[in-house]
Amino acid sequence: MAEKLPKTDVVIVGMGWAGSIIAAELGKEGLKVVGLERGKERGLKDYYVVHDELRYAIRYELMQDLSKESLTFRNNQKERALPMRQLGSFLLGEGSGGSGVHWNGQSFRFLPYDFEIRSKTIEKYGESKIKGLQIQDWGITYDELEPYFDKYEKVAGISGEEAHFGPERSNPYPTPPMKETPLTKRFKDATTSLGMHPYHMPSANLSEPYENMYGAKIANCQYCAFCERFGCEYGAKADPTVAVIPFAKETGNVDIRNFANVTEIIHEGGKATGVKFVDVLTKEEFIQPADTVVLTSYVMNNTKLLLHSKIGKAYNPENGSGVIGKNYCYQILPGSTGFFEEERFNTFMGAGALGATIDDYNGDNFDHSDLNFIHGGSISINQSGNRPIGSNTVPSGTPNWGAEFKAQSIKYFTRSLNIGTQGASMPVQHNFMDLDPTYKDAYGLPLLRLTYDFTKQDRELYNYIGKIADQIMLEMGADKVNERSNLESYDIVPYQTTHNTGGVIMGAEPETSAVNNYLQMWDAENVFVVGASAFAHNGGYNPTATVGALAFRAAEGILKYSKEGGMLA
Amino acid sequence: MAEQHSEKKMSRRRFIRNSGYVAGGLVGGGIIGGLIGANMNDEQESTNTQGEHQGTSYLQAPLYFTNPEMFAVLVAASERIFPSDDNGPGADELGVAYYIDHSLAGSWGNNAREYMQGPFFPGSNFQGYQSPLKRHEVFDTGIKALQKVANEKHEKNFPDLEGEEQDAILTSFQNDEVELKGVTSKTFFNILRAATIEGVYADPAYGGNINMEGWKMKNYPGHQMSYYDKIESEEFMEIKPQALHSYTK
Repeated sequence: MAEKLPKTDVVIVGMGWAGSIIAAELGKEGLKVVGLERGKERGLKDYYVVHDELRYAIRYELMQDLSKESLTFRNNQKERALPMRQLGSFLLGEGSGGSGVHWNGQSFRFLPYDFEIRSKTIEKYGESKIKGLQIQDWGITYDELEPYFDKYEKVAGISGEEAHFGPERSNPYPTPPMKETPLTKRFKDATTSLGMHPYHMPSANLSEPYENMYGAKIANCQYCAFCERFGCEYGAKADPTVAVIPFAKETGNVDIRNFANVTEIIHEGGKATGVKFVDVLTKEEFIQPADTVVLTSYVMNNTKLLLHSKIGKAYNPENGSGVIGKNYCYQILPGSTGFFEEERFNTFMGAGALGATIDDYNGDNFDHSDLNFIHGGSISINQSGNRPIGSNTVPSGTPNWGAEFKAQSIKYFTRSLNIGTQGASMPVQHNFMDLDPTYKDAYGLPLLRLTYDFTKQDRELYNYIGKIADQIMLEMGADKVNERSNLESYDIVPYQTTHNTGGVIMGAEPETSAVNNYLQMWDAENVFVVGASAFAHNGGYNPTATVGALAFRAAEGILKYSKEGGMLA
Repeated sequence: MAEQHSEKKMSRRRFIRNSGYVAGGLVGGGIIGGLIGANMNDEQESTNTQGEHQGTSYLQAPLYFTNPEMFAVLVAASERIFPSDDNGPGADELGVAYYIDHSLAGSWGNNAREYMQGPFFPGSNFQGYQSPLKRHEVFDTGIKALQKVANEKHEKNFPDLEGEEQDAILTSFQNDEVELKGVTSKTFFNILRAATIEGVYADPAYGGNINMEGWKMKNYPGHQMSYYDKIESEEFMEIKPQALHSYTK
């Protein structure tokens, strides 16, 4: 029998960016918060001896233990979904700070177009433009969300500069942009000469020391090249364990319990009464009663917990009705790899968010009248630091082992550059998440089942944006660029991006969305579900800044709800 | 380089020799018997060169393989994947087989942090690893099969074949032309290939990348605390590499 713990005001499931921010904001205002995190406690002291590519980047030291829980995957409903047995396409986080510990720190605000994508696209191009796409407005505008973006950037101390296509800001970035390097300069020169508008990538690897409103001191970046998949031993990357959790604890109102894996949201009469969790070390079960339940785990687990607990109407891919599991999106990533015969670059130096970006082909910043797709993507050079196991770039047609491979991969380790793109991903009816009928996790719960494939819209976007990336690479002086393979079926194996979105999307109507614009569930007013799970589609940027803004928005809503109750929107 | 090369060969042969002793009276000739004789003569030389290395030698011991014949196949196969050439040492000299051996003995070889619950089905080309076998079992199966194909095709053991003959066999595995039980030959090949690259470039603490020679070929400086003063430089920088060992020394 599960042991019943004393009731708390708020229980939060998952202590990544969203969970920590909400815990800090509620604790500050005097609400009693219990934060449940299924992974380890960790912090700056645990990032010693971190410059180990094999352990962190290849063996995924900081990522989710799939022996306990994974998901199943299939490209379409006709297939049998099978477990994702190993990490690959995306890297699920685990432990205090969540994926916010191992992120690169690229911190873009989604575009105003993103939040009103349906209305704005129809307004400009007519209804026929969105045929087959299940896009919808987010129930909030950029202007409404701006103050929360501002708060998030102040917590993280983001280093950045004004951008040509950047939306209106109430304040400049808290810290100036990172250093200009020969590579960022080359990208900027090339794009400028092509008539585009480059700017320095907004970064959570800070350009100078910074103290945030929680009293956290974030150091300046050393450009040591170990960001993505690593913790920062300098405390120079804004991550929740550095920037937020220490303050949350100092409020005296936040109790974080590690190794606590939530298995169910308990509810009756349309309201949650608490959560059930298992201590993953001792296997003891507990019930944590609470007035308000906040889900801030990853996209997959937020969706799974709601489906398993039967809160909210499950999505039905046959007719597009229901909401939980709806609008799963990913990203479209047509990069360009360029080879330089006469030059060598210090590509082994860098920082996760050291780079330069253009938005000339992102959102609706360019005319789509004659194009067979909507939206677009950001295009960047990112000098995050190449490492030797992960980076074995060779010209097209080179075998992937043997003498030729060895010679070419060694030669081009410092003689090739990559331009990355983050193409937006549009939801369609048949890409969704539900519960798997066969496979179970370590606690007997069904695994989440992901049904996903790329679409015609994705392929059109991929080809168009890819050609522009190639054009920039050639303008940067590459002797040749690699032929890009076609975007065929989505493959769960090669790493693509950990920018998964959807499943518990926000919106203005309960029929088409799961949460309102305070991230409050339409079907259970004391349940808030926060994270990229709320994205109604995925944009052309990294999601974290938008997740951070939504977390501040939700924290405000939860405070309001704790005083007034009822539906907030 | 030549001396280092011979030293590596020595330590591999020493494993083979020691295993021969363990096999004791069972050894009556064939490859093991032959190698015991050959290696007895090498012992003095190997001891002499061994001491000149920077503390890497104790890592050159098998923790997983118990059969020297199979280990020799692994050494030969990984060397073809990353061969010695003008750029520098190949997998054999870099200790890659020991890296793989050590990895197979640990959590990676046992898929400890991966989802290994059944039922098992083959899956599409896009659903990833679906074998019920753990990686160490995949290696047991795959390496035996490399030897078997070599025996059948050439009446020789895999390590004794010419390079091109070894490549042809490896290519048939990569192209999934060899039937294995519980795993496809392509999956085995892909893991072998990935593990070989890891052994070349992972920190020397793991047993491969001896003396950071893998890194040196790529001009990779390994673990450096900071490039703060270098990141803006227009010049290409050659920096003396450092390994994780520098955290503690």
